[in-house]
Amino acid sequence: MHIVLIGHGMVGQKFLESLAEGHAASDVQVTVLCEEPRPAYDRVHLSEFFSGKSAEDLSLVPAGFFESNPGFQLRLAAKATAIERRDHTITLADGSVITYDKLVLATGSYPFVPAVPGRDRPHCHVYRTIEDLEAMQASGKVSKSGVVIGGGLLGLECAKALRDMGLQTHVVEFAPRLMAVQVDEGGGRVLREKIEALGVQVHTNRNTVEITDGVSARHRLVFTDGTWLETDMLVFSAGIRPRDELGRQCVLAIGPRGGVVIDDHCRTSDRNVYAIGEVAAWNEQTFGLVAPGYEMARVTARHILGDAEAAFTGADMSTKLKLMGVDVASIGDAHGKTPKCRSYQFVDERKQIYKKIVVSEDGQFLLGAVLVGDAEEYGTLLQMALNGIKLPADPEFLILPSSDGKAKVGIGPDALPDTAQLCSCNNVTKGQICAAVGEGCTTIGDIKACTKAGATCGGCVPLVTQVMKLEMGKRGMAVNNHICEHFPHSRQELYHLIRVGGLKTFSELLAKHGKGLGCDICKPAAASIFASCWNDFVLKPELAALQDSNDYYLGNIQKDGSYSVVPRMPGGEVTPDGLIAVGQVAKKYGLYTKITGGARVDMFGARVEQLPFIWEELIAAGFESGHAYGKSLRTVKSCVGSTWCRYGVDDSVGLAVEIENRYKGLRAPHKIKFGVSGCTRECAEAQGKDVGVIATDKGWNLYVCGNGGMKPRHAELIASDLTKADLIKYIDRFLMFYVRTADRLQRTSTWRDNMEGGLDYLRDVVINDSLGLGAELEAQMQAVVDTYQCEWKTAVTTPEVRQRFRSFVNSDKADEQIIFVEERGQIRPARPEERADETEAQPA
Amino acid sequence: MSQTFTPICSVDQILPNTGVAALVDGRHVAVFRVGADRFHAIDNIDPRSGASVLSRGLIGNLGERVVVASPLYKNHFDLNTGECLEAPEQSVKAHSVQVQDGRVFIALN
Repeated sequence: MHIVLIGHGMVGQKFLESLAEGHAASDVQVTVLCEEPRPAYDRVHLSEFFSGKSAEDLSLVPAGFFESNPGFQLRLAAKATAIERRDHTITLADGSVITYDKLVLATGSYPFVPAVPGRDRPHCHVYRTIEDLEAMQASGKVSKSGVVIGGGLLGLECAKALRDMGLQTHVVEFAPRLMAVQVDEGGGRVLREKIEALGVQVHTNRNTVEITDGVSARHRLVFTDGTWLETDMLVFSAGIRPRDELGRQCVLAIGPRGGVVIDDHCRTSDRNVYAIGEVAAWNEQTFGLVAPGYEMARVTARHILGDAEAAFTGADMSTKLKLMGVDVASIGDAHGKTPKCRSYQFVDERKQIYKKIVVSEDGQFLLGAVLVGDAEEYGTLLQMALNGIKLPADPEFLILPSSDGKAKVGIGPDALPDTAQLCSCNNVTKGQICAAVGEGCTTIGDIKACTKAGATCGGCVPLVTQVMKLEMGKRGMAVNNHICEHFPHSRQELYHLIRVGGLKTFSELLAKHGKGLGCDICKPAAASIFASCWNDFVLKPELAALQDSNDYYLGNIQKDGSYSVVPRMPGGEVTPDGLIAVGQVAKKYGLYTKITGGARVDMFGARVEQLPFIWEELIAAGFESGHAYGKSLRTVKSCVGSTWCRYGVDDSVGLAVEIENRYKGLRAPHKIKFGVSGCTRECAEAQGKDVGVIATDKGWNLYVCGNGGMKPRHAELIASDLTKADLIKYIDRFLMFYVRTADRLQRTSTWRDNMEGGLDYLRDVVINDSLGLGAELEAQMQAVVDTYQCEWKTAVTTPEVRQRFRSFVNSDKADEQIIFVEERGQIRPARPEERADETEAQPA
Repeated sequence: MSQTFTPICSVDQILPNTGVAALVDGRHVAVFRVGADRFHAIDNIDPRSGASVLSRGLIGNLGERVVVASPLYKNHFDLNTGECLEAPEQSVKAHSVQVQDGRVFIALN
C-alpha cells in the first residue's frame, strides 16, 4: 500500500509515528510531501526560537526516524499543487506526478491577515513558520518598537517574542479583552494587568483600518476611532484558517467555515482520502490545538492499517499555558453559556489572581472554569469537569486559597473513573496507569517509559504520580522510597547503615547493601553521608569518584564548563586587605565578580587548570573555601548589630562569625543558610533561613526551617531567650537531626513540612530531648567541628589531587570551548551566536 | 577499516570510576575508567550545553547500561554507544579505547 501524506507538521509527524508503531511488516510505503525546507518542528514551542533555540532544537523528528523506517520517504520543499482523485494522482509544483492508494491531508492552516490597506508594507509579518520567525528577527534588529495585531493565545506568544528582542511592545486587540475565546471579562482584566506589568502595552477594542507611513516610527496604524499607534514593525496574529485549497481544488466536501469535512474515521468525502489536524473539519468544527490533531493522526493511522473501529470522538478544548510567565487556564464552558448555570469567583487584586468556576444549575457538577495568575487547581478541576464527578457541598473552596496550611478540598485520585484521561498529550487514562503498575511499574520513570504519560509536556506528572502510588497501595506494594535502583533503602536508612556499620567507602557500602555500579543519585548521597559521619577529605581517592562535579572541582560549574570561586567571608565580614586581595586575584585571572545573595564575593569564569593557582593566592591572603559548591553550610548572613547600629541589642556579627566558623564544612542533605539579626528589626532576614537567630534583650531567639528561593517559608520560633551555650547546643542537635533524617536534596523547610508531628515534635526532639539523642547528636557535631579542614588548602598541597585540575590529561591547552565577551566592563560567557564567530565547529 | 590509536595517558592518571578529558586530533574526548580495568571513550562536549564537560560527570549504571551523567543537566550518555538516554537526538559519538603496557590509547570513530 502506498500512502501519500501531504504536509509534514506536528500532526503529520505524529501520523508517521503512529503508523510506524502500528504496522508489523514493511508492506506500507509512505511518501511525505513537505512544502517547507525542513522536516516537522515543534510549533507549540516556536517562541523559544527567540530565546536561542535553533530550528534543529525544535525538530520533532527523532534522530534516525526515517533511516529506521525505510518505507517512509520524506521529500522536502515538495509542494503538491493538484490532486486528481479519479486517477489517484498528485501533481507537484515541479510538474512531476505521483500516485497513491491512500492520501492523508495534513496541510494545517495559514495565518489570517485582515484586509487592511498597507498590510503588505515591509516589516509586516505573520507568525507561523521558522522562515516567518527569521524574517521577524531580521526586522527586530532594525526596529525599536513592535505591534502584534491580535491578543489571542498566539498573539501573546508573539508579543513575548518581540519583548524578548528588546522592542517596545504593543498588542492591539479587536475584542474588548485579551484571549477572548478562552477567558471571561474578569479573567481578561487580570491577564491584561499582568501582561502590562511585564512592559507590554495592551490596546483593546481597536480595529485597524489602515497602515500608513509613520512620523516617529516606520508605520502608523490608524484605528476606526481616528486614534493611531506608531511602530517600526508589525505582526499579524489574528487567527488561522485551514489550508483547504487542495481539498477545494479536487472538490472534496468543505465545511461551512472552511476545512475539509471528515467523518469519525477522519475520512473525507472520498473514502481513500483522509484529513487530519487543523485542515480538517469535524462536526463543522476545526481544531487549532495540537492534542485533537494528534488524536486524529492516531485514528487515521489505525484506520488505514485496518482497525475499522478507530474513531475520533471530538476533543476537549480546555487549555492551560504560561504566557510570559503568567498562568492562564480555561476549562469547558468558561463563559457560563449553559442555561441557568451558576458561577463562583475569587479575585485577589493584590496578587492578581482570578479564578472562576461554572457549575450546573443544581450545583452538582462542574461545567467550566477560568484561572488566571495561578492555575494550580487546573488538573483537579479538569478531571471533575471531564468525568462528571460530583462536586463537594461547598464548591467555592475549590478555588479559595487554603487557610492555615490545611489541605484543600479536592478530589482524591480514587474518585476518578478508569476512563479518565490523565495525560492528554499522549492520551493515557487512569486505567492504563493502573495496568502499568500491575505490570511492575513502580516509579514515575517506569510509567513514562511504559505508557508515555507525562512524557511530553509533563503537566500531568503530579496527578499520575498520585494515581500510581494509590494503585501501588491497593495492590499491597510498598511505595518505593528507595534512593535508586542500586540500593533498596531510603537515604535515612543508608545514613544509619553507614553510621552504625562504620562504613567509609562506597565499595563497602555497595558490597554490603547494594548492587551494580551506583549512579549520579546514590553516589553523591553516599558521599554526603560519609562526609557528615566521618568528615574525611572529599577528594581522597576512594571518595573523589563519588563527588558531583562541583565537589570534585571544589567550585560551582557554570553553563560553559567554567567554574566560580567563592572564598569564605564569615558573617559577611571582610577586611580592606582581604577585599583588595580578592580584587587582585580576580583581576589577574580576568574573572567576573559579583556580590552574592549570601553577602560575599563570587568570582566567575575560572577554568579548571586555573583553580589551584587562584586558590593558592586566596589562601595566602588568609581565605578559606566558602563551600559554595557543596550541599553544606553556605553563609551566615548578619546585620551590623549592636557594635555599630544604634538599635542593635546584641553583637550579631560576632555571633555570626562564631557560628559560621563552627559549622563551616558540614555536609548535609542540602545546602544550609543561616542568618543572625541584632534586634527584632531583622535586617539579616534570619526568618528566611534554615537557621535564624535574633537577639532579644534576654538572649537569643532561635528560628528554624525557613526558606527563601523557590518556595518561601517563614522560619518558626523553636526556643526563646537562649544563652549562647544553649543556642549552640540546640543548633548542633537540630542540624545533626536534619542530617540524619532528611531525604537527599531536601531542604530543612520541606523536611519540616513532611515531618509527622510538625514543630511540636521537632521541639520535643531538639529542646526537650524526647528521643534521648541529645548528647549523641552533640558529640557527632563536635566530631565534625574538630576535623574541619579547608578543602582547598588540602587540595593545592596534595600533588596527586592537584594534578587532576587540568582541562586535558594529554595537553596543557586551555578548553577553547570557554569563550568570553565583555559586558559592562567585565567578562561573560559568549552566547551561541557570538561563539559561532569565534570558533570553528569541531571536525565531525 | 583501520583505526589510528593515539596514546593519551597512563592508566594511573585516571582514578577508577572517574573520567578525564583528552585532545585527540583536536577533538575533545572524554575517557572513563570504570572499575579498575574497563575503559570507555565518548565525545566530551555535551550537545545540550555545548560545554566540554562530560568527562566530569558521574559514572554509573542504569539497568544494563553503563552511563555517565552530564554534570550540567544530568542527562545520561551510554558509555558504549554515546547515546543520550533522555534525548537520543542529543547523542554523542563513542570512540575506541585500548590499553597496552599501562597506557591508554584512543582511536576516533
